[in-house]
Amino acid sequence: MNEIADPGSIDRPNSYIGKSVPRPNVKKLVEGRGQYVDDIVLPRMVHVALVRSSLAHARITGIDGADALDVPGVLAVFTGGDLAAHCAPWVGVLAHLKGMKSAPQRPLPIDRATWVGEALAAVVAETRAIAEDGAARVRVSYETLPAAVDMGTALEAGTAIIHPELGDNLCFERVNETGNVEQAFAAAHKVVEATFHTARHTGVTLEPRSILADYNRASGKLTVYHSTQAPHMMQGVFAKHLGLPEGDVRVICADVGGSYGIKVHVYPDEVAVAAIAKIMGRPVKFIADRLESFSSDIHARDHRIKGRMAVDANGRITAIDIDDLTGIGPYSVYPRTSAVEGNQVVSLVGGPYDFANYHAKTAVVFQNKTPTSQYRAVGHPIATAITEGLVDLAAEAVGLDPVEFRRRNLMADGTYPRTSAAGLKFEGLSHIASLDKLLAMMDYAALRSEQERLRGEGIHRGIGLAAFIELTNPSPFMYGIGGARISAQDGCTVRIDPDGSVVAATGVTEQGQGTEAIMRQIVAEGVGVPIEQVRVVTGDTLTTPYGGGTWACRGTGIGGEAALQSAIAVKGAVLAIAGAMLQAQPETLDLTNGEIVERGTGRARMPLAELARIVYFRGDTLPADLPRELIQTRHFITKQYPFAFTNGIQASYLELDVETGLVKLLKHWCVEDCGRVINPLLVDEQVRGGIVQGIGAALYEECPYSSDGQVLVGSMADYLVPMAAEMPDIEVGHVETPTRESLLGAKGAGEAGTAGAPAAIMNAINDALRPLRAKVLAQPFTPERILAALGKV
Amino acid sequence: MKAPPLSYVRAATLSEAFQLWRDAGPDARLLAGGQSLLATLAFRLSDPGTLVDIVRLHELRGISQVGGTTIRVGALATHAELGRHDLIRRHLPLIAEAVPLIAHAAVRNRGTIGGSLAFADPAAELPACCVALDAMIVARNAADERRIPAAQFFTGLYATALRPYELIAAVEFPIAKPGERTAVLELARRSGDYAMAGVAAKTRLAGATLIEPQLVFFGVGDRPVVAERAMATISGQQALPATIAAAQAALAADLDPPADRHGSGRTKRHFARVLLARALARLAGLDEARAA
Ligand SMILES: Cc1cc2nc3c(=O)[nH]c(=O)nc-3n(C[C@H](O)[C@H](O)[C@H](O)COP(=O)(O)OP(=O)(O)OC[C@H]3O[C@@H](n4cnc5c(N)ncnc54)[C@H](O)[C@@H]3O)c2cc1C
Repeated sequence: MNEIADPGSIDRPNSYIGKSVPRPNVKKLVEGRGQYVDDIVLPRMVHVALVRSSLAHARITGIDGADALDVPGVLAVFTGGDLAAHCAPWVGVLAHLKGMKSAPQRPLPIDRATWVGEALAAVVAETRAIAEDGAARVRVSYETLPAAVDMGTALEAGTAIIHPELGDNLCFERVNETGNVEQAFAAAHKVVEATFHTARHTGVTLEPRSILADYNRASGKLTVYHSTQAPHMMQGVFAKHLGLPEGDVRVICADVGGSYGIKVHVYPDEVAVAAIAKIMGRPVKFIADRLESFSSDIHARDHRIKGRMAVDANGRITAIDIDDLTGIGPYSVYPRTSAVEGNQVVSLVGGPYDFANYHAKTAVVFQNKTPTSQYRAVGHPIATAITEGLVDLAAEAVGLDPVEFRRRNLMADGTYPRTSAAGLKFEGLSHIASLDKLLAMMDYAALRSEQERLRGEGIHRGIGLAAFIELTNPSPFMYGIGGARISAQDGCTVRIDPDGSVVAATGVTEQGQGTEAIMRQIVAEGVGVPIEQVRVVTGDTLTTPYGGGTWACRGTGIGGEAALQSAIAVKGAVLAIAGAMLQAQPETLDLTNGEIVERGTGRARMPLAELARIVYFRGDTLPADLPRELIQTRHFITKQYPFAFTNGIQASYLELDVETGLVKLLKHWCVEDCGRVINPLLVDEQVRGGIVQGIGAALYEECPYSSDGQVLVGSMADYLVPMAAEMPDIEVGHVETPTRESLLGAKGAGEAGTAGAPAAIMNAINDALRPLRAKVLAQPFTPERILAALGKV
Repeated sequence: MKAPPLSYVRAATLSEAFQLWRDAGPDARLLAGGQSLLATLAFRLSDPGTLVDIVRLHELRGISQVGGTTIRVGALATHAELGRHDLIRRHLPLIAEAVPLIAHAAVRNRGTIGGSLAFADPAAELPACCVALDAMIVARNAADERRIPAAQFFTGLYATALRPYELIAAVEFPIAKPGERTAVLELARRSGDYAMAGVAAKTRLAGATLIEPQLVFFGVGDRPVVAERAMATISGQQALPATIAAAQAALAADLDPPADRHGSGRTKRHFARVLLARALARLAGLDEARAA
């Protein structure tokens, strides 16, 4: 079987690829039988509560834990100094991001606090509640230092330099340039420009960050139960920084309650927990609570972007120029760094469009706020908001409908492979087909006339579009070439057990999105067995092939291809054995529905279970030289393209209350092209969930700070996440342009929704505001900001 | 965070509750629906030492009509009970209308009117409704009972006229008089959130003339705010555009909202002006006229 059936024509047995097969782990989760880190209780386990900095920047002059140790049940108090000898510091830089710098960071700082919420001391106790009692009694003495809070002034003389040894507060700077932007602007028919803001926010996972580290002195082995997206990466990190051989560290990641990129980073407090486990020789648990999550989970998207676009008399874009500034906190996060978001912005701006002259600069600066790093759709929603915001302004400037303007400027279908102005290589995209599909789904013309009619009645509705591209299936060009031990390759081992059941162990991980369902579909189809016969193992560095985990939209595209190839290999092994047993050429046989059949006629020859029984228990009856490897492992890595780009387009329809500034979302549409769709239900829900997160960015989510660096959110009452009642119906459509790099043909689909939604909503709000001569460009688009744009407050 | 170490006692009768409360001392807190108290404990914002659970006290339960003019609501009536109770729907439509605006179903199933009034969140709906409806708060201690007009009950941010060892036993509402119209409106970014601003309004109508209108704002001050000047502006008038505009202008002197995460004081005052116009349109039936 070296072809996959066209998803449209699947009626053969075991053809699961392309079908909405239910997820195998759903029942377990809804019955409360999931196993999250906090569900794991080990003998002699102790709990950590952290004392966190209340100041944005301060010299620590002393940490007094004596009173805490008086609390019955408190066992120990650790400071940065106590851990220094046990844990080597790290620096969050990547070599391929030229000139990037950051300072060494430790699990707990030794003499300086650099953001509100930074863990300064760890109290270990018999229960979390006692540990908190102890933490409340730890006295930290500070000497306040001037803080660099505002990214706008981070590089100015007079602003405190957070790490004097670095010379300034500049972490990274990059200019991406093609053609001659100045000439294009000078010759332009129209030039539009605007300054956009995206708000610092975070990814709120249902399950908070959680870790249980267990160091066994007898064996010298460290086992870490961890809510993470990248168990193998964390294995390497714990080994390196705690001075253990990598083989002595095992990371187990059972159920994970959401991640969104938040759980793919190295958090100092979690490394502290592992170090404490090693020092104390006992299992140590830390479960972040919501309050500390808001100041210690990574933040993201804190950008101010000036952009301009040049257009010719035919309404064709001739140039884009952007100047991005982003504040990332006091340290670049290890090991993915905090520069990737800005780096993505300068690569992704203008991505869907056909134009020649491009100039984009990003400056990534340090500040005394919670560190930022990769969060779902890294950089995409920012780049899309700038691009699509400018596109709508340009359409207006040349008097074209936003749809017509996009049609003239989107990269034409059938012109691939090609390279974008920003230097991205595209294997195959479908912007025009996606646009056409979207317009049909939303009945654009009818919506426009409805909007027009309602305007006459004083009802202000807006329609906003946002085309986007999404970076998926990353190669080592993302992290590996920069020196990070982050695998772009992934593997899958598929084996057949004596009863004919199949076990697939994969290096990609499940965080609630359905990775295991996808792997099960692929393996069942690839081997040729009913899906119920396949079990999937993920999230254990000891038992799964080494891999990268699940992030950046690689689970299906990379892990899925490895699963497919190993399934096909196992099937080949089965048919070779069957051929020997049945005295037939293997090519004349097939495996479907757990039966060896005659290819062509489908006549049943032997159950797979019978073959497996003979292999395992009566191997003596088989030819002596017959290979009988009912277990196969294959790996996959992309080789031709650094990334498999996907594309799509979204639209938002909303109503604006111009008296209150409140936005009511009426409907949202998305057409996206993730290559081959493995499970339509899961893809659609990825898109919907992503859109909802994008709506959060557009309307609700923000981590505001006071001028002295205090974070002003601490609970779900202050930090508004999107909730069901406000969400519109979301219609999802697909165009499928499979990647030819793999047999499976799948690209990623997890970030498309988040990439485009904020821009679509911004454009829809501004479409509603246009007759009132107002516009908003700073997310989130709060009632107050909309009223201010209208001159009402 | 985990709550600080606590003792918990549950009272079976009202007199036992007072006894347990005294034994535990003045820092102890009564536990009703727990929907506000438990959150403050989980943030370690308070350390009451002991919780005295009052949810089993039948003396604080029940919704009934007393004579021809009063509805008495026991302090332990949950928001959900208020929302579905026939007497409330018939005689206190303002309260029935307010209930769906309070939080979400799960919170409404546990949260109580006594807890809401005692907690005195300035953005809460029920305190403002009680003021607008001229409710009496029935306060009890071990020995006595006294009635506090709702307008005097709220004394500041999360502060009430309750004395030490005094609880809310019930709330007494005058039954809506014929021709009385009420409306509660609020602006919230998400359904179930505390309002950015809201108004509980009441009036009688003589033809189109507003008689003794009441406008009580919430979420714009440290307690429910009675918009005296705006009320005076519209009293005895019809809800005509010029009158509404004058009342909106009068709010400038009635309200001085503190800034919060939803916006500046200026923005909140703007919200109040919009709410005022919408509430008057409702009271005067203008919106119905427009819809017809
Ligand atoms: C997610 C969420 C959203 C919410 N949104 C809203 C909202 O939009 N609008 C709104 O109004 N409320 C809202 N609330 C609060 C909710 O209405 C609470 O139920 C209410 O404020 C308190 O009632 P309770 O019975 O839960 O009181 P508890 O939490 O048990 O007690 C609150 C305080 O009142 C005291 N107390 C309780 N009963 C009495 C009594 N009979 N006499 C004297 N003191 C007493 C307690 O000692 C405590 O100090 C929300 C709550 C949550 C959790």
